[in-house]
Amino acid sequence: MKTTTLNAGPASSAAEPKQDSRQGGKRKTSRINRFMVSPSVLVLALWMVIPLSMTIYFSVIRYNLLYPGDNEFVGLENFQFFVTDFGFMAGMSNTLLLVGAVLLITVVLGVLISLLVNQAFWGRGIVRILLISPFFIMPTVNALIWKNLLLHPVSGVFAAIWKFFGATPIDWFSEFPLFSIIMIVSWQWLPFAILILMTALQSLDQEQQEAARLDGAGPWALFFHLTLPHLARPIAVVVMIETIFLLSIFAEIFTTTGGGPGYETTNLAYLIYSQALLQFDVGLASAGGLIAVVLANIAAFFLVRLIGKSLTEKQ
Amino acid sequence: MLSLKQRRSLNTLLMGVLAWGVALAIFFPIFWMLLTSFKTEIDAFATPPQLFFSPTLENYTLVNERSDYLHFAWNSVVVSFGSTIIGMMLAVPAAYSMAFFETKRTKGTLLWMLSTKMLPPVGVLVPIYLIFKDTGLLDTKTGLVIIYTLINLPIMIWMAYTYFKEIPKEVLEAARMDGSTLFQEIWRVLLPMSKGGLAATVLLSLILSWNEAFWSLNLTASEAAPLTALIASYSSPEGLFWAKLSAVSTLACAPILIFGWISQKQLVRGLSFGAVK
Repeated sequence: MKTTTLNAGPASSAAEPKQDSRQGGKRKTSRINRFMVSPSVLVLALWMVIPLSMTIYFSVIRYNLLYPGDNEFVGLENFQFFVTDFGFMAGMSNTLLLVGAVLLITVVLGVLISLLVNQAFWGRGIVRILLISPFFIMPTVNALIWKNLLLHPVSGVFAAIWKFFGATPIDWFSEFPLFSIIMIVSWQWLPFAILILMTALQSLDQEQQEAARLDGAGPWALFFHLTLPHLARPIAVVVMIETIFLLSIFAEIFTTTGGGPGYETTNLAYLIYSQALLQFDVGLASAGGLIAVVLANIAAFFLVRLIGKSLTEKQ
Repeated sequence: MLSLKQRRSLNTLLMGVLAWGVALAIFFPIFWMLLTSFKTEIDAFATPPQLFFSPTLENYTLVNERSDYLHFAWNSVVVSFGSTIIGMMLAVPAAYSMAFFETKRTKGTLLWMLSTKMLPPVGVLVPIYLIFKDTGLLDTKTGLVIIYTLINLPIMIWMAYTYFKEIPKEVLEAARMDGSTLFQEIWRVLLPMSKGGLAATVLLSLILSWNEAFWSLNLTASEAAPLTALIASYSSPEGLFWAKLSAVSTLACAPILIFGWISQKQLVRGLSFGAVK
C-alpha cells in the first residue's frame, strides 16, 4: 500500500480532483482490508496465547484435580518428575519409532506407487480413487476395523492367510503391539503420500524425460537424475506434514491398545492424556505438554521455512 | 522375439496389472468392512472368513437400536458444517485481503497462521479441558465447533489464498471502478470466479472436522459426541459385534469418502499448504 497518498497536499488535490477521489477510495479500502484479516488473526492469537500460557503456568505449580489445595510454585519439579517417570522414556522412544517407521513406509511406498500409477493403463482413474480412499476413513474406524476384522488372531483375515500357508496365526496386538499400530497408521497415511506425490509427478517435464531416454538414459538414471530431484520438495512436504500429525497420534492407540501392554504402545500424546484425564495431574501433564510443544516446534521450524520458501518463489 | 513396440505394450500391461493389484490390496480393508456389514454376526465371526454368504440388512437397522446412531450422526453434521461455515466466514475475507492487498506483513502473517497448526493438541489439552469445564462447554456441540473452527482456519485461509492469488487483480479493480461496493465485489466477482477452489476448501474442512478424533474423544461424553466417539465406544467388545461395527463404520465413512473422491485433485493444495498443486 502506498502510504504516501496519505500526505497528498491540498494543492495537488485541487489541481487533480479526479485523482484525489481515487486516492481517497484507496485509503478507505486499505483500512477495510486490515479489518478483514484481523478477525482471523485475533482468534488464532487467542487460541495460541491463552491455552499455551496456561500450560506454562500449570507446568510450574503443583496442581492435581483430585487434591485441591494451594497450588504452590514448584519450579521445574513437574518436568523433573515427568522426564524421570518410567513412562517417559517409553513414550519418547515409541513416539520416535512410530513417526520414523510410518514416515519411512509411507514415503518409500508412496514414491513407488505414485510412479506405478503415473503411466497410462486401463482404469487408472478408479485405481487412483481406490489408492487414496483410506485417507478419508476416520481414525477410530481404521483402528477398530484393523483390530477386529483383519488382525484378530482367530477370525481375522490375516489369520486366515497365515493358516492358508500353514503358519500359526499371529496375535498381532499382544505379540507386536507397536508394529501393529505402525501398520494401521501407515495404511491411513500412505494414501496421503500417494495423493501428494501423484499430483507432483503430473508436473514432471515429459519432454525432458523423453529426450533423456532418447539419449540412452536407463530407467534408473531417469529416476535418480530427473524424477527424484523433481519429487524432492513434495517429499519434504509429505515428511513435514506427516510429522506434525504423527507426533500427536492418539485415537488409533486409544481405541486399540490403550497404550499397553505396559507402556509398549504409549506415545507422548497418550502419556500426557493419561496423566491429565486419567490421573488428573494437571501440573505433570502440562510439563509433558510443553515437551511435546517443543518437539513439534523443532519439526515445524523446518516446515515453515520450506513453505515460506515456496511462497516467495511464487511471487 | 518381441518387437520393441510389443515389449513396451506388454510392459504397460504388466504395470497396469500390478497397479490394480496394489490398489485392490490397499482398498481391501474398506471393501471387507462393507462386506462384513451385510453379514450376520455368526458369518462375520466365521473362520475362515466368508467371502460368500447370504446378505442381510439387519445390522443397519440394529445399529440405530443399539446406540441411537442418528443422534451421533446429527452431532457430526452440526459440528462439521457449523465449524466449516464459521471458518469460511473468517477465512474468505482474510484470504481476500491478503491476496489482493498485500503488505509487508502478509507473508509473515500467513506463516504465523500456519505455525498455529503446529501446536500439538496435547500441549493445550489441559487448559482447554479446564476452560471448557468452567464455562460449561464440555460435551457441547458449541465447544467442538469452536475448536474445529480454530484448528482448520489456517488451512482454509491458506487454501483460499492460493486460489485467490490466481485471479488477476485487474478484474477486481475493474469491478471497483464500476462502482461496486466491497460486498458486491466479493459476492458477484470474487466468489463466482473461485467457486471451484472454495468448494474444495469447504470439502476439506468438512472432511477434517468429520474425522477429527482427538478433541472429540477428550471433550465429549454422550450429549455432543460425534460419530468418531460413537465408533470408539465399540472398542470394548460386547459379544459378537463385528457386523454391527462394520455397518456403523460404513455409514459413518461413506459420505466423507465420496467427498474425498470428488475433490481429490483440489485437496492436494490445501493439504500441502499450497506447496504442491
